[in-house]
Amino acid sequence: MSSSAPKLCVADVSMTFKTPTGAFHALAPVTLSIPQGRFVSLIGPSGCGKSTIFNIIAGLLEPTGGRVLIDGIDATGTIGRVGYMLQKDLLLLWRTVLDNVILGMEIQHVPLRAARERALPLLHRYGLAGFEYLYPNALSGGMRQRAALLRTLLFDTDVILLDEPFGALDAQTKLKMQEWLMQLWSDFSKTVLFVTHDVEESIYLSDEVHVMGTRPGRIIATIPIPLARPRVRGSVLSGEFLAIKERCLELLHLDTTASQAVNEAA
Amino acid sequence: MTAQDTTPALRARAMASLHRAQAPHQSGAPAGKPVRRLPVQKDWPIWALVAAQIGILLGALSLWEIGARTGWIDAFFWSQPSAIAETMTVFFTTGDAWTDISFTFRSTIIGFLIGTTAGSLLGLSFWWSRNYAAVVQPYVICLESIPKLALAPLIILVFGIGLVSKVAVATALTLVVSTLTAYAGVKALDPDGEKLFYSLGASRLQVFRKLVVPFCLPWIISVLRVNIGLALTGAIVGEFIASQHGLGRAILYAGQTYDIALVWVAVLVLSTLAIVMYAAVSWVESMLRKGVRQ
Ligand SMILES: Nc1ncnc2c1ncn2[C@@H]1O[C@H](COP(=O)(O)OP(=O)(O)O)[C@@H](O)[C@H]1O
Ligand SMILES: [Mg+2]
Repeated sequence: MSSSAPKLCVADVSMTFKTPTGAFHALAPVTLSIPQGRFVSLIGPSGCGKSTIFNIIAGLLEPTGGRVLIDGIDATGTIGRVGYMLQKDLLLLWRTVLDNVILGMEIQHVPLRAARERALPLLHRYGLAGFEYLYPNALSGGMRQRAALLRTLLFDTDVILLDEPFGALDAQTKLKMQEWLMQLWSDFSKTVLFVTHDVEESIYLSDEVHVMGTRPGRIIATIPIPLARPRVRGSVLSGEFLAIKERCLELLHLDTTASQAVNEAA
Repeated sequence: MTAQDTTPALRARAMASLHRAQAPHQSGAPAGKPVRRLPVQKDWPIWALVAAQIGILLGALSLWEIGARTGWIDAFFWSQPSAIAETMTVFFTTGDAWTDISFTFRSTIIGFLIGTTAGSLLGLSFWWSRNYAAVVQPYVICLESIPKLALAPLIILVFGIGLVSKVAVATALTLVVSTLTAYAGVKALDPDGEKLFYSLGASRLQVFRKLVVPFCLPWIISVLRVNIGLALTGAIVGEFIASQHGLGRAILYAGQTYDIALVWVAVLVLSTLAIVMYAAVSWVESMLRKGVRQ
């Protein structure tokens, strides 16, 4: 393992689901290489296989072909290697926020008291002070996402996968959560793979955006985002930002028209 | 509505006609809709409600007593309140009251505990293997559709006429309900919840203990009240068939000897026992609910 090996490498991963109506080719070979500490987004229309890629990286789904490498070591089909925040917050309703957040540590057999002691300061620092001993039902959507994200972070893996974490939030809360996530990312220096279908969100947050297409799911373009950090809200209106956004939208649009053409030809 | 309608003069006229329509003896607005008000019920104070309830009870008892004394009601078949009260005293002072109550109580509670626990565990066990669940499920459904009480004579034959056979009937009635309910909980589990656990590197046992069991607890708890009633039914039916003790046996024995007053006494005691157990289980249920937070 050389020090220049990417933190996370998805090598020629493909996926075909067996369905009652026959084989469904969900992912064409997809290759991703993500260096340590990067924030990388995947965008694409719904159904293009974003969650499938995440399930494969997290070891929850055995790919039909290809491998997943973490630090250059084969991690295909092994669980517990990356922090994975699924599309839903999946907070356990019978546990307090504090006890939800330490779930990962608890499963890794960290003694409860030590786990709570580690989690408490983080809850205070990252906007959940006063909510530690409440149950998830008492929380707003934004607060629930915060708890779910802290749970993922506290699992303490270098790589974290976030599947549309802000997809269900209102616009205002979403902006706040983006700032909050940026703060966390710079504090924890994790390697983040982020799924969204909000183009602006992906550009604003990422170092690199992969645009995906459907039928089968594949990466149609990789767009580096050279905007300086720390980023400010205003940069969303800069010419550079808008140019990138236009490019992404165009790619997404091209893909939809292309797949329509394929469908009509078939 | 036209724009003219909103002129002040017209509006005033409209208001006036509205007021007229509200007056009780005024029918001067034939074209207008009838004016209705939200029907309001005034709640009686609690003491009035209780007084009414006690009044009805006392009234019915007096009618019964008077009817029996005047011969209007056949006291041989229906007995009468005064005789029942007398028998009650005898039952509790010189009779087997406490033996019978304790016998029925014990077989109910033991059957309830065994049936609920074993049933819940069986239902939860279906989480462990889809194949195992698929194989066993038809049997559980068969068991559910059999009228378990019809099997009671067989159970009594196998387990004898003592406490064990009553416990067995009570268990048979409660077991299947608990199994099916716990299994319904297992089936309602969100697969993504399991995914979350596995993504954190959890073992099967950890998923079971930290996700499946707490998630299904509300389901399991929700049948406790149903089960206590079923267990009592099972115990009583067991006693009807063959027993030396218990309130069920007391009822049967009294009926066979035409001691109608004793039938009433035993039924009254049995009802009280049922209410007490139901209230206790409801209390346990609400405590558990607070404990599991759902
Ligand atoms: N277990 C499965 N069996 C069959 N098809 C599946 C399965 N999981 C996902 N798919 C299909 O694969 C495609 C990609 O799904 P998904 O990764 O969830 O898309 P996205 O997250 O990008 O919206 C979808 O068309 C979906 O219907
Ligand atoms: Mg998805």
